[in-house]
Amino acid sequence: MKKLSILLTCALCTLAPIFAGGSTETAEMSEDAPMKVGVIYVSAPGDFGYSYMHDQGTIAAEEYFGDKIEVIRMENIAENEESERAMESLIDEGCKIIFANSYNYQQYMQNVAKEHPDVYFEHCSGYLDNENMSNYFGRMYQMRYLSGIIAGQMSESGNLGYVGAFNTPEVVRGINAFTLGARSVNPDATVTVVWTNTWFDPSKEKQAAESLLDGGCDVIAQHQDTTEPAKAAIDRGAYAIGYNANFMELTGSNHVLVSPMWNWGSYMIPEIQKAMDGTWTSQSYWGGLDDDMILLSPVSDLVPSDTVDAVMALEQQMRDDTFDVFWGELKDNTGTVRQAAGEKMSDGDMLTMDWFVEGVIGSAK
Amino acid sequence: MRFIIEKRNEKSKKMQVLIPIYSLLISFVLGAIVLLLSNANPIQTYAAIFKGAFGSNTKIQYTLVKMIPLLMCGLAVGIAFRLRFWNIGAEGQYVMGVIGITWVMQFWTWLPNVLVLPIGLIMAIIFGGLWGGIPGALKAQWKVDETLTTLMMNYIAIGIAEYLYISAWKAPKNNMGTVKYPDFAWIQRFWGKVHYGIFIALILVVILYFVLYKTRWGFELNMIGKNSEAARCQGVSIKKNIILAMLLSGAIAGLAGGIDASAVTHSLTKGVNSGYGFTGIIVAWMSGLNPFVSIVIALFLAALETGSDALQITMHLPSAMGEVLQGLILIPLLAGSIFIDHRIKPARVKGDK
Repeated sequence: MKKLSILLTCALCTLAPIFAGGSTETAEMSEDAPMKVGVIYVSAPGDFGYSYMHDQGTIAAEEYFGDKIEVIRMENIAENEESERAMESLIDEGCKIIFANSYNYQQYMQNVAKEHPDVYFEHCSGYLDNENMSNYFGRMYQMRYLSGIIAGQMSESGNLGYVGAFNTPEVVRGINAFTLGARSVNPDATVTVVWTNTWFDPSKEKQAAESLLDGGCDVIAQHQDTTEPAKAAIDRGAYAIGYNANFMELTGSNHVLVSPMWNWGSYMIPEIQKAMDGTWTSQSYWGGLDDDMILLSPVSDLVPSDTVDAVMALEQQMRDDTFDVFWGELKDNTGTVRQAAGEKMSDGDMLTMDWFVEGVIGSAK
Repeated sequence: MRFIIEKRNEKSKKMQVLIPIYSLLISFVLGAIVLLLSNANPIQTYAAIFKGAFGSNTKIQYTLVKMIPLLMCGLAVGIAFRLRFWNIGAEGQYVMGVIGITWVMQFWTWLPNVLVLPIGLIMAIIFGGLWGGIPGALKAQWKVDETLTTLMMNYIAIGIAEYLYISAWKAPKNNMGTVKYPDFAWIQRFWGKVHYGIFIALILVVILYFVLYKTRWGFELNMIGKNSEAARCQGVSIKKNIILAMLLSGAIAGLAGGIDASAVTHSLTKGVNSGYGFTGIIVAWMSGLNPFVSIVIALFLAALETGSDALQITMHLPSAMGEVLQGLILIPLLAGSIFIDHRIKPARVKGDK
């Protein structure tokens, strides 16, 4: 026992400097010091999904600005008051602009934004704002529609599965767009939805996909942050539709037919530039095909070329504004007409969507 | 020379004090090894954690706010642990407390404004208490193993909470989470982020110390924990005390949830199961079930959690490293606790008399 005591006392001595508080270096601010940029991710970029793609955007910004900016990353930040603390920490470090990438950060970001009027805040996927806080997102539903066409074409059973995180308008909109796409080529196709109630949980996501496959689905689409649902489909010889990143590249399987993808750098770079120039203003930004915020990955070689051509033609029509997903008559999955023929859905209605279109099996409530 | 492990006749007081200290030091050393393997300077890293937790007023405030639920959950499970009732359900009791207060905040709108918060907190106490009382009653009446029931009931509580904030009680606009509590019913802050709930927690420490160490009931609980047969012979009702202790334990965990919800989150939403109930187990263990020591331990664990932000910001380490360092605290502590009841001594070899 005595020896142990001595050993531990020695250990205590070596560690003592910790309690002395460390060195108190004062960061010297000079004219050409890099501007500090804070980014907050809901998961780790190692998820190869949502946060991974945000980090690709951050990396693009780092490459673009070089030593003019210094990025401080915080990953795996919970969507509760922990996120408020993370933002305060980034401000303490001297960040001039802060990006946060998940829906439920918005309330906390708005609180912090009100307390720090001299910092710019960028919230992804919500609707709250402030004089110094913008929200931004992309019209991913357009890509969902196109991926739905490919899924509808390639499915033999017409029985499609969709692993969804939460019933937020964003996810519901994506499922509706995917279903409309699939039914545009296969009017009898159905999309069965399973909720996981988590953005990021590899094992839950996998289980959800497997339950859909057990139920006879032969294509699995997903609104989740990891590649697990797609992998589950590939393992069973079924097809998968990726999301966020190019899943064909990540999984190395051509059973991933296509992946709707994000390109966040296209938004982050100009915003950082504006913060640098002092021309930053608050906005609600919903980017689309024109500004390259959303895109489709290369399509699998298993998909017939005429299908690919049809998809590309539709993408062009969406660019030209001659076609869009939620135009025309829409029925919900109880048969009620929600939108009359000839009408175009407003952004406001799309951003609060809480019902499923005909063909979806599941509840949006 | 060979060693044998021998049971002590009585718990070693000395070891009860020394083991938490030693295990903390061992965990620092283990942490340092892990950090060195990840190419980080351990001393710089620990210094960064310290600065991250206490380096500025805001940081101290965040640490103190985090300490409140940790301390209360530590007190809660500590009561049950006294009777050797392994309540690992503080997490669920905490969540039920949040559900209780949210119910009042959302639906008891006919209450006068000044009563909403007090009644909400009472409801949190009732919900948490009942959630703790059920496994207590099951154990007392039918000897159902409490480790299983309390653990399982965590998941039931979390499931109910998810159902409520994702579906039944969800605010309009299709977000997750309930609508915010009315602001007249929030627990106010008095220093930056620090709210008055901290006084409730500290008063509770004093009350519990008095109850557990100075009253007959506290003495009975201790007796049951030490030797339940002897307690029974003395006419102490074990059944009654298990149920009472679990009601109290759950009530305190529920109150912790009620306080955190009305002071920090102001709603029932994702993240309600933030792990305070589980970390409370560490608080109780490390403090040797002493309410006053729990304050120090809760503050320490809160600091480790808020300070871990610095791992990412200044040390550029992955966030998981914070959890690794926290986990490393437990291992030596649990391994070391054997020395409280046992001692190691050289084995006698034949002919050695």
